[in-house]
Amino acid sequence: MFYEIESLGFGSLGIVAIISIFMGAVITIQSAVGFESPWIPLYAVGLATRDSIILEFSPTIVSLILAGKVGSNIASEIGTMRVSEQIDALEIMGINSSSYLILPKIVAAMFINPFLIIISMFLGLFGGWFFGIVVGAVTSYEFVYGIQYTFKPYNVTYALIKTVVFAFIITSVSSYHGYYTQGGALEVGRSSTKAVVYSSIVILIFNFLLTQLLLV
Amino acid sequence: MIEAKNISKKFGDRQILKDFSFVFEKGKINMIIGQSGSGKTVLLKCLVGLHKVDSGQVLYDGRDFLGMNFQEKKEVRKEIGMLFQGGALFDSQTVEENIIFPLSMFTDMNEEEKRDRANFCLKRVNLENTNHLFPSEISGGMKKRVAIARAISVNPKYLFCDEPNSGLDPQTSIVIDNLIKEITDEYNITTVVITHDMNSVIEIGEKNAFIFKGEKWWEGNKEEILTTENPELTAFVYASKFMMELRKKS
Repeated sequence: MFYEIESLGFGSLGIVAIISIFMGAVITIQSAVGFESPWIPLYAVGLATRDSIILEFSPTIVSLILAGKVGSNIASEIGTMRVSEQIDALEIMGINSSSYLILPKIVAAMFINPFLIIISMFLGLFGGWFFGIVVGAVTSYEFVYGIQYTFKPYNVTYALIKTVVFAFIITSVSSYHGYYTQGGALEVGRSSTKAVVYSSIVILIFNFLLTQLLLV
Repeated sequence: MIEAKNISKKFGDRQILKDFSFVFEKGKINMIIGQSGSGKTVLLKCLVGLHKVDSGQVLYDGRDFLGMNFQEKKEVRKEIGMLFQGGALFDSQTVEENIIFPLSMFTDMNEEEKRDRANFCLKRVNLENTNHLFPSEISGGMKKRVAIARAISVNPKYLFCDEPNSGLDPQTSIVIDNLIKEITDEYNITTVVITHDMNSVIEIGEKNAFIFKGEKWWEGNKEEILTTENPELTAFVYASKFMMELRKKS
């Protein structure tokens, strides 16, 4: 279980951090360019960056990226175990292989992904603030005022609920494709690709459903 | 003793096994021989419950294995050791951890006892001082020996070997064959070996069945194999022209 948390969670920290910082920066600059009107206050840049990151970017886009990284990793790991008869070896030992291999991954991802997403939110806002100031798109005061303006804590709850659901989707869909791999190396690659494609599609569908259920 | 009674298995429309019956005797090496694709591995997987049979029975010392529930099967599986074609060692674990794994699942041994048992099993297969190596760091022959060590770690009553010599050079094959023979004699277990390697059959096969197109075509001991008039078995045993010439001369 701790191995899975380390592998699925801490192992993804680097890519999540880099993507979050630069996506935050890009959202800030794009918002600043779009809001070039005397009628729109400058703090709206911070507000738009905050809402984009908390509502959509961190929970959904980062989950899609994790579907690519973690999903393919899970599918290829379990798929390789299947084609090299390691799963048969587990079954021979009287072990429920699906529960033994898959359950810890699902539980670990559902536990650690919310922390990853919270880190992503902070880093995204930090990236927006830092690069916004560096390129002169916004002042520090306006940006910080913007991210505090009419802040709804429920948005974070909504984002974390989505994250937990997406974590379940990534690990279960990928594990399914890995577990039912048949053949050899070629099929392991196919399972890995299918895992990423299907989990991404299911994430997008559930993103729509959860938004409709929780936010509207 | 393991009894296979009238085992049939289909995959889709393809009949893989047809009414296969055989008695695998205790204290002997029971070999299933046949061409690639004749149904040997499927038979082995049916015997250990990895494939569901369409009809038939598998009796482990009179216990109907296929009719058991999960918990009852688990009890029988404690008595089974299996050597897979590729070894099936767990990649993420060291050699020692691979051997300790079934001990953790099936015994109440403490850590020190498990390590002692792992060392004993590794010594038994002549692989001392490899404890901390990973499967990717050892050769094919060593992997097979580690897999044997893992299979015997829980003192099995039944040992299944799926093509133990595949991909190995002749000398290493003899080492593996001798190891299987020694373990069978030493622990008086029921050993089932699936192979198409005639050298192994002649070296260690004590009771043999020839499987052809999913059916048991012939059974007998290794001396009888060499003198049989069964055309399919003869064609299998004396596959090369050289061997056929040798047979004609003798």
